Amino acid sequence: MSADLAETAVPESSSGRSLWVDAWRTLRRNRAAVVSAIVIAVMAVLVAIGPFLSPYAYDFTDWSNLSTGPNLATGHVFGTDTLGRDLFVRTLIGGRISLMVGIVATFVSLVIGISYGATAGYFGGRIDHIMMRIVDILYAMPFMFFVILLMVLFGRNIVLIFVAIGAINWLDMARIVRGQTLTLKHREFVEAAEAQGVATFAIIRRHIVPNLLGVVAVYVTLTIPQVILVESFLSFLGLGVQEPMTSWGALVKDGSEEMESAAWMLIFPAVFLATTLFCFNFVGDGLRDALDPKDRS
Amino acid sequence: MLRYTVRRLLGAIPTLLILIALAFFMIRAAPGGPFDAERALLPEIEQNLRAVYHLDEPLYLQFLRYLGGLLQGDFGPSFQYRDFTVTELIMAGFPVSLRIGGLAMLLALAVGVTVGSIAALRQNTRIDYSVMSVSMTGISIPNFVMAPMLVLVFAVYLGWLPAGGLGDGSFANLVLPVISLALPQIAYISRLTRGSMIEVLRSNFIRTARAQGLPERKILLRHALKPALLPVVSYLGPATAAVITGSVVIEQIFSIPGLGRFFVQGALNRDYTLVMGVVVFYGTLIVVFNLLVDLAYAWLDPKVKYA
Amino acid sequence: MSLLTVEKLNVRFATPDGEVHAVKDLGFDLAKGETLGIVGESGSGKSQSVLSLLGLLADNGRAAGTARFENRDLLALAESELREIRGSRISMIFQDPMTSLNPYLTIADQMTQVVREHETVTRQAARERCIEMLEAVRIPEAEARFNRYPHELSGGMRQRVMIASSLLLNPEILIADEPTTALDVTVQAQILDLMRDLNDRYGTAIILITHDLGVVAGLCERVLVMHEGELKERGEVRDIFYRPQHDYTRRLLDAVPRLDEERVEKLAAGAGSGVVPEAGEALLTVDDLKVQFGIPGDGLFAGTRQLRAVDGVSLSLAAGETLGVVGESGCGKSTLARAIVKLVPKSAGRVCLLGREMDALDRETLGEMRRSLQIIFQDPLASLNPRMTVGDIVSEPLWTHRPELDKGSVRQLVTEVLERVGIGGHQLNRYPHEFSGGQCQRIGIARALVLKPRIIICDEPVSALDVSIQAQIVDLLMDLQSDFGLALVFIAHDLAVVRHISHRVMVMYLGTIMEVASREDLYERPAHPYTRALISAVPIPDPDLERSRERELLSGDLPSPLDPPSGCRFRTRCRYAIDRCAAETPKLELLDSTLVACHRADDLRRG
Ligand code: SF4
Repeated sequence: MSADLAETAVPESSSGRSLWVDAWRTLRRNRAAVVSAIVIAVMAVLVAIGPFLSPYAYDFTDWSNLSTGPNLATGHVFGTDTLGRDLFVRTLIGGRISLMVGIVATFVSLVIGISYGATAGYFGGRIDHIMMRIVDILYAMPFMFFVILLMVLFGRNIVLIFVAIGAINWLDMARIVRGQTLTLKHREFVEAAEAQGVATFAIIRRHIVPNLLGVVAVYVTLTIPQVILVESFLSFLGLGVQEPMTSWGALVKDGSEEMESAAWMLIFPAVFLATTLFCFNFVGDGLRDALDPKDRS
Repeated sequence: MLRYTVRRLLGAIPTLLILIALAFFMIRAAPGGPFDAERALLPEIEQNLRAVYHLDEPLYLQFLRYLGGLLQGDFGPSFQYRDFTVTELIMAGFPVSLRIGGLAMLLALAVGVTVGSIAALRQNTRIDYSVMSVSMTGISIPNFVMAPMLVLVFAVYLGWLPAGGLGDGSFANLVLPVISLALPQIAYISRLTRGSMIEVLRSNFIRTARAQGLPERKILLRHALKPALLPVVSYLGPATAAVITGSVVIEQIFSIPGLGRFFVQGALNRDYTLVMGVVVFYGTLIVVFNLLVDLAYAWLDPKVKYA
Repeated sequence: MSLLTVEKLNVRFATPDGEVHAVKDLGFDLAKGETLGIVGESGSGKSQSVLSLLGLLADNGRAAGTARFENRDLLALAESELREIRGSRISMIFQDPMTSLNPYLTIADQMTQVVREHETVTRQAARERCIEMLEAVRIPEAEARFNRYPHELSGGMRQRVMIASSLLLNPEILIADEPTTALDVTVQAQILDLMRDLNDRYGTAIILITHDLGVVAGLCERVLVMHEGELKERGEVRDIFYRPQHDYTRRLLDAVPRLDEERVEKLAAGAGSGVVPEAGEALLTVDDLKVQFGIPGDGLFAGTRQLRAVDGVSLSLAAGETLGVVGESGCGKSTLARAIVKLVPKSAGRVCLLGREMDALDRETLGEMRRSLQIIFQDPLASLNPRMTVGDIVSEPLWTHRPELDKGSVRQLVTEVLERVGIGGHQLNRYPHEFSGGQCQRIGIARALVLKPRIIICDEPVSALDVSIQAQIVDLLMDLQSDFGLALVFIAHDLAVVRHISHRVMVMYLGTIMEVASREDLYERPAHPYTRALISAVPIPDPDLERSRERELLSGDLPSPLDPPSGCRFRTRCRYAIDRCAAETPKLELLDSTLVACHRADDLRRG
């Protein structure tokens, strides 16, 4: 065997770099994504423990400070609303709800979307055709109609809001997962496993799912802000959480009604909401770049 | 082409039927009824009202009756706006929503495609980064935040534009609602265009065009734009259907009498016929726009042929 | 005086993992009307060097040095000046005619805009010139094809269109970057013939970039050999081939399997036994196998049309034997492989493995039988799961078929087999993307080998690899065959490789068998007109031989497999076709020791 024509050797070391490790490296180089991830983490910690640090409860009415602007002396750093409630605490409490909706509802849509999409994609043929036809029909339904209907059906129970939003948001996920599964199914390594007689379940577990995870991870980070948006939109319409509990959407709605006299009521929750959405979108984008096999050569 | 269109429209009938059935039974499954708000109603009167609207019949009969009405183009009377038929309500609201939504989509398309293409051409430059950050902001700021902010700045502080209402429908009255509606769409379209444009610009036939000495501008317009627009076209179909049927938020903030509010009010008030009307209307629009997307594909992509 | 003089050309790419120095101090010159070949394997920098001349490097690439063309330095020109040269003075054609033409524009649009970009002529004049040029590149019915879209033309036709548009403005230099690599051999022969002719007729200098020494031998006057960005050798074509100075050139020449030489036992050095095995009991027999795919028709009431990818193929394979299967793309050879291992369902016929019919087996026995029948694929990287370690990939067959083994023995078996194919045991925990193409193919072979199969089906196992790597993989397969008595079905489009490895060879065309013969018979006394055409189309890496031999060039393109010709499927391209060929399908019949399906095989052999 001719030595000089030998293939370029791999550096000697016994542990390999998985695609995840590679992706992680790429991601870490993406400054916007890293900063965004840190902001999200800080935000999560803040809404989790922030309310305990404030002297005011979220439903406490400070009669001496009705609708006052940000003021360090009184401890109302974000000001108060028309009912004299501390806006700082309310923003953080609202953030808890919004973030929780985002995560729980995304999880629900993830579970439905993956199982639905992977089933359709893997079995293909008729099953796929029918299942995707159903998705098409659901796409032709006005989204708002569904949400509102489920809202009235479930009587504004907060947990059910989570579930309802997730249950409606799975369509895109299902489509994406199905498309990926379809392509994966015809990849040669899956064929190789099939030729070997590897059992269907093992093929799905070892070959299909791990290769789906990248897309799913990207999509999850992009679904969370979407869901938060839907929840805040519902709250804006007065359909979300009930007073005195609140969410960013509800706060923005209150704020927009008072914006001429009390702009801070709009600005603080709006900034929190927008920042969070912004950061999630950036992380999602960064993740997509990192996991996109097209840019890897 | 005509044959294909007819076939597609025929194929949409079962889809719409299922859609109608789904909406029909779901809204009726929701607790409460259309006359709950009017507490003072005597039982007999309510009974009468129910009879007038055939609400006392078995559900399947009501459903068939409704379908029968639809076949004759009759959406039935509204329960909430007693003096109007659903058709009248839709016909009153739709032109308003169409005008604002249509303008918003046109604006979004023009700005989005231009900005997205520029970002793609200048990939990884400062121009690209700033365009993309701005568009990310457009996606991240919900329109019920953006719209009041715009009102605050341009109507309240600067006083350049009216804060709300359609007024006489003049240009000034349309600016803020159209922009609020268009901003998120601009963001989506520009991101979409950028992505697909980058991919097209990497393709071999662009390299060929360069090797033949064509200038960048011609390469972009003649060779790259068409394929890069394909994903945008797919997005545009459903998005346009959604935007021209009105947005509750925008209508509420700018007090515009559009179609969007009916989706919410109808469902909240159990105005069965109104809800059904807007759902059927929306579903039909989606079907039509999806068809338009496919026809546009056939026009843009010579490989796609419909016999 | 030379037309183009390149000196100290360096091309560098900035990548996230640091700078890549793709071309190092390259220098060469090109005379008027000369044909220059640049040969090298992938990563040799051969394409980047010419792309840099035209300013067509990717965004992260930078070129330094000088390239004098008509008293100007191409590398120092402004984009707008360079643009005037591109397409008119120096033009370029690329490897993949499929993607190099814009699928969204008609041929007419794409060609006329080149003319009108560089010259002020009327639309009508431009049009006429284009059609004239299409005729010059021998496109039949040029006028009708002119208004077509690229996807309506065949691959060979598209490359002709590319060539025509590059010659429209009568350039001084035509750069052809692997112009025939994506094409079938018979089409490649047509295109090369055309380029030779155009070079004579218009006096256009040609720079031909290729990995294929055979192509260079037939077309070029002078040759540069590049390796890893460096120029290893340059010289007259005969010197390069008959008196190579540089070690690398010599090894490259040795690695190429050739049609015109006795079977060498090893492409790379070494020895093995190439004895044709005794015809023992058949391990695998395939009987009248058919595979059909339903293609949805267009039109409102059009039903699905049946594409007969494999239409009645029979074969048998003995222990230790290699059966080569050759044919152009679309002949059904890969579908045949997939149908044998049940990756695609067959629509008729029988497959018997070790004397038992596979359909008749229950699940368990089938699973067991599968152990003895393995497959390796064309694209080495794609056939390995990117999320699994190499160890796991090779272990998977054991997990499936030998669940009784404990972890330690699995690991031991896997390490052994990996080492056997030349992958060190310490690389068990690495992932596929960390390996080169050749190494990935070794891993694929290890995966097939770990169950100690009797038969391995190799579906184009080396066609994605460089020549030298190809040679190593082929050697490895031959070694393994003699060590384990493996039977191989070796599917490839490269006749020379097939000749090298096979004992018997089967030629397929449009889903049917044209000829089956022993290697010697097939290559020395081809009985079927198609086989003869195929063999004569393969370029031989020997300038004198290549230029002097007589060719049987095939005309036309492969007919659509959806609608194959009646009677003999080859008749539309066969120069010996007679009336009977359209009316009656020739059967596969014995002629001397060759099985051949041709009505005229007998009289052709007699002359
Ligand atoms: S049967 Fe006729 S057409 Fe077919 S190969 Fe023989 S001579 Fe040619």
